[in-house]
Amino acid sequence: MRGQGFGFVAPLLVLMFVAFNAPIAYMLGLAFWEKGRGFTLQHYEGLLEAPVYLRVLGNTMRVALVATLANVVIGYPLALWMRGLSNRGRMIALSLVVLPFWVSILVRTYAWIVVLGNGGLVNRTLQWSGLTDAPVSFLYNELGVTIGMANVLLPFLVLPLFAAMIRIDDRLLQAAASLGAPPRTIFWKVFFPLTLPALAAGTLLVFILCLGFYVTPAILGGGRVPMISNLLDTLINQIPRWEQAAAISTILLIVTLLIFAAYRRLDRKAAA
Amino acid sequence: MSEIRLEGVTKRYGTFAAADNVDLAVTQGELVTILGPSGSGKTTLLSLIAGLNKPTSGRIFIGGRDVTDAPAQERNIGLVFQSYALFPHMTVLENVLFPLGVRKIGRAEADRLARDALKLVRLDGLENRRPSQLSGGQQQRVALARAVVFKPDILLLDEPLGALDRKLREELQVELKQLQRSLGVTTLLVTHDQEEALSLSDRIMVLDKGRTQQVAAPTEAYLKPANRFVAEFLGIANFVGLPDGGQALVRPERIKISSSGAGKPARVVEAIYLGQMVRYHLSLDGEGAKPMVAAAPFVGPAYATGERVMVSWDAADLWPVAK
Repeated sequence: MRGQGFGFVAPLLVLMFVAFNAPIAYMLGLAFWEKGRGFTLQHYEGLLEAPVYLRVLGNTMRVALVATLANVVIGYPLALWMRGLSNRGRMIALSLVVLPFWVSILVRTYAWIVVLGNGGLVNRTLQWSGLTDAPVSFLYNELGVTIGMANVLLPFLVLPLFAAMIRIDDRLLQAAASLGAPPRTIFWKVFFPLTLPALAAGTLLVFILCLGFYVTPAILGGGRVPMISNLLDTLINQIPRWEQAAAISTILLIVTLLIFAAYRRLDRKAAA
Repeated sequence: MSEIRLEGVTKRYGTFAAADNVDLAVTQGELVTILGPSGSGKTTLLSLIAGLNKPTSGRIFIGGRDVTDAPAQERNIGLVFQSYALFPHMTVLENVLFPLGVRKIGRAEADRLARDALKLVRLDGLENRRPSQLSGGQQQRVALARAVVFKPDILLLDEPLGALDRKLREELQVELKQLQRSLGVTTLLVTHDQEEALSLSDRIMVLDKGRTQQVAAPTEAYLKPANRFVAEFLGIANFVGLPDGGQALVRPERIKISSSGAGKPARVVEAIYLGQMVRYHLSLDGEGAKPMVAAAPFVGPAYATGERVMVSWDAADLWPVAK
């Protein structure tokens, strides 16, 4: 039986190879190749020599980390609150969380410009309430990028977390109470450990997505918050230094794959 | 170790009463079964005593202390759920240690108590397994060990054997009773299985639609039921007319069958072989509808389907039951 029907799948495989795998292989090749000289590591040496690259990498990690942490701080209580709702309430809350998925990421990101701009909703409210005299600049800096990314990626954390939480049998919590555990102990010793695999998996997923994010940093950062994907854009479309871009992409790919391997392990644990 | 007392306990959901003015007194060391069909309110009653639920009215006393408004944490009750509710992320030993850790019992002492409890339920050697690696019967025992390790005042068991297959259930019934007796802990057990209730309990409380039907020792409830519901719920019930127009219960094993002799003529409609017993469905001449059910030991004379027999019973084996 195995092998049968391969003929039907073959065209798809060819398409996959030509459209996805070959370019990746080409990119990996570019990163280790110099015309006329063959294999080389000089593009990586170039990365180490120019501090700007390492700064961008560090910048990306930091923004991704903060946005991910913000997601956890907002997402966990949100999922917990949703678990406590009635079935109807859960449905409504769930659709509100999922709703942004149906709106283009571009539209959502531009919406933040309207909300966070100097004459935007947030600043007008802050000034009207007397908390600040001059508008606070949220846009075109790390704060804006972090807010935008946290917003766009929130469902990726909340959905798996919520799914794990509603799987927890209420009777486990009742059993803990009957055994004498106060609510705080029930949460930390029973509820939280049971959600931990899903929380870790969701956190890693969001972090991976943050690392490669392009649209939101490009728009809300206004070119002033360099992230890896924006740097790649510059190296490919403006300076044309494809080898350098390929070397950076390779590093990003390896980092992402490592985190993804961790994510898979945790995810399998969460499913078990 | 204490007694349980319920005074007029009522739990309403809207207009529906899951528990309706229930009184009960369980004495120190007694095992009382709450028996009823599903939806009779027996699990509701248990959750009220455990403090997982608050009664609409009435008072609950444990060891003379009014615990009606006390949260579950403060009642010191050992509770075993039908689903066991073991913590899946903890080992067997950690599960049993949990109530001791909450009570701030020192590590060495807690470890000793937990291992003793596991030995008591014959699970020593499985301390480091996860609940998912255990059979249903073993999980049940972990739940039991966890519920008794902290020396609770009372023990509440919700269909503790309900999820197990028949053979294992019968084995564990004996174990459970021995365990309960050796601990001397006051126990309330909820079940819908009348055999379980009859074999385990010191007394049975029969519940229907949230109301107490009867509280009595197993033999009394079986032979002298308070009403028709109890008669029919606890085993097979035959009803015969009385001269005064009333009705009386006669249990299958009290009915005598002979090929000739005194009694009422009848025909064997069905003879069902049950191992130790044979169950006969008998159609009495001139009396229609429902066949009478008799049970006879298999060693006696046997009657075939279709055979004509004489059926009789002693007046002393009749128990009048209101219609």
